[in-house]
Amino acid sequence: MFYDFSILTSKIHSWLLAHCDSGWTTLLEMVIVGLCVITLFVVLGLIFVYMERKVAAFMQFRLGPNRVGPKGTLQAVADTVKLLMKEGFTPQAADMFLFNLAPFIVLSVSMLALAPLPFAKGLQIYDINIGVFYLSAVSSISVIGILIAGWASNNKYSLLGAMRSGAQIVSYELSAGLSVIAIVAFTGSMSLSDIVESQRTGWWIFKGHIPAVIAFVIFIIAGTAELNRAPFDMAEAESELTGGFHTEYTGMRFAMFFLAEYVNMFVVCAIGATLFLGGWMPLHFGNLEGFNHIMDYVPPFVWFFGKTFFLVWVIMWFRWTFPRLRIDQLLTLEWKYLMPISLVNMIIVAFVVIMKWHF
Amino acid sequence: MKFLIEYIGTVLKSISSLWSGMRLTGYYFTHPKEIHTQQYPDNRATLTLGERFRGEVVLTHDENNEHKCTGCTSCELACPNGTIKIVYKNVVDEEETGKKKKAIDEFVYHLGMCTFCNLCIIACPTDAIKMSHDFEHSTFDRKSLTKILNKPGSKLMKGVE
Repeated sequence: MFYDFSILTSKIHSWLLAHCDSGWTTLLEMVIVGLCVITLFVVLGLIFVYMERKVAAFMQFRLGPNRVGPKGTLQAVADTVKLLMKEGFTPQAADMFLFNLAPFIVLSVSMLALAPLPFAKGLQIYDINIGVFYLSAVSSISVIGILIAGWASNNKYSLLGAMRSGAQIVSYELSAGLSVIAIVAFTGSMSLSDIVESQRTGWWIFKGHIPAVIAFVIFIIAGTAELNRAPFDMAEAESELTGGFHTEYTGMRFAMFFLAEYVNMFVVCAIGATLFLGGWMPLHFGNLEGFNHIMDYVPPFVWFFGKTFFLVWVIMWFRWTFPRLRIDQLLTLEWKYLMPISLVNMIIVAFVVIMKWHF
Repeated sequence: MKFLIEYIGTVLKSISSLWSGMRLTGYYFTHPKEIHTQQYPDNRATLTLGERFRGEVVLTHDENNEHKCTGCTSCELACPNGTIKIVYKNVVDEEETGKKKKAIDEFVYHLGMCTFCNLCIIACPTDAIKMSHDFEHSTFDRKSLTKILNKPGSKLMKGVE
């Protein structure tokens, strides 16, 4: 196959080993990876802010930002500059240490979640054999950051928002986890690179019949809820709680929450694309040799980012279509609908796997 | 069993209702050509406004400098803000009867107080006034917002009364 990034990475590794000892090599590689992750963060933040505003505008029959730069593409840059200039204000009665700590927890959680994602063949920060498990473990830490932010602000709106967010994330973790387990059952492995490799002949959403489709839909709903995005934006709830857990945050600390939200959106969509839509695997149809061959020429990271951005667009589509849920409706949806359906779905998946009905 | 059927029915019904909403926004998203937004200062020359747009009240005059306002003060009474004030004068009807009669001297319109509620236009029995599409009213002097709508030398159109 072409486009194998492991050649590039092993070249860098051997070059570093030739010039310094193994300890320094590990350190330098970590620095390189860290720089790449931070660059990805910034680029994703800028792209998503612009994309969100444009998609929202077109879905509401508006034009959206179109003044700063060609077609408004520099709008996100201008917003970032504005946020950098703002005063970083800390309320007097706030718990200073926790108040300043919370944005870093939320941001570092979304950084950690990037680790096991296979962006392309050989382009993976850390190929753990329990990748899926690691992701669900790490992504639930972000609720601690949000709770700390709400508590430390010493503001009733912040606290209410944080508590709601806690209830929401804890309950939606369940159905997200159960729908992910469906794919783990199909593949028989928790490693994300193994899951991608198992989709060489076809994506799980096609190979897994209806149970996989149900799991995919539940994963997208639960993922949207875990992101605290509308229609599940209980934690922010502008109309009731002024801003939820980030009411008291200004300037760059607010921007960190904002960035973490967008990167979490990328992570959730990337997991969805990897598990259900084949990750960086190109689209293949059974016997169409010519078609499959042409699809192989498209680089794998283009496939990965294409699928991820498609799912991001779907989540934005939800956000700008559906009205917000009340907190009790939110919990009803999870505990009375998504959770039982995903439990039954998991049993069906197990049955399908035992009978070997999937392709 | 009945419970299960109801449960599945609710799920399917909610999916179909959510899908109908998503179809509408999906239609909007895929048809950006139909956006009505006017990029105002850029397209000032080709700006098109809706038929019912309310810019300001004008008294329509025809080519003989004649208007249809009889001075009945319906508009003045209908206005909630006291925007309109009609000032009379006495004129002699020379052509037919030769008698004195009342006619409008000044149709005073305080644009600064107007909320563009359209009630005066509805109240007018002779359709003498209407809303124009001119909306660039900003000035540096408040006095210039007080306008006299009847043109100098204009008179009542024949056959309106």
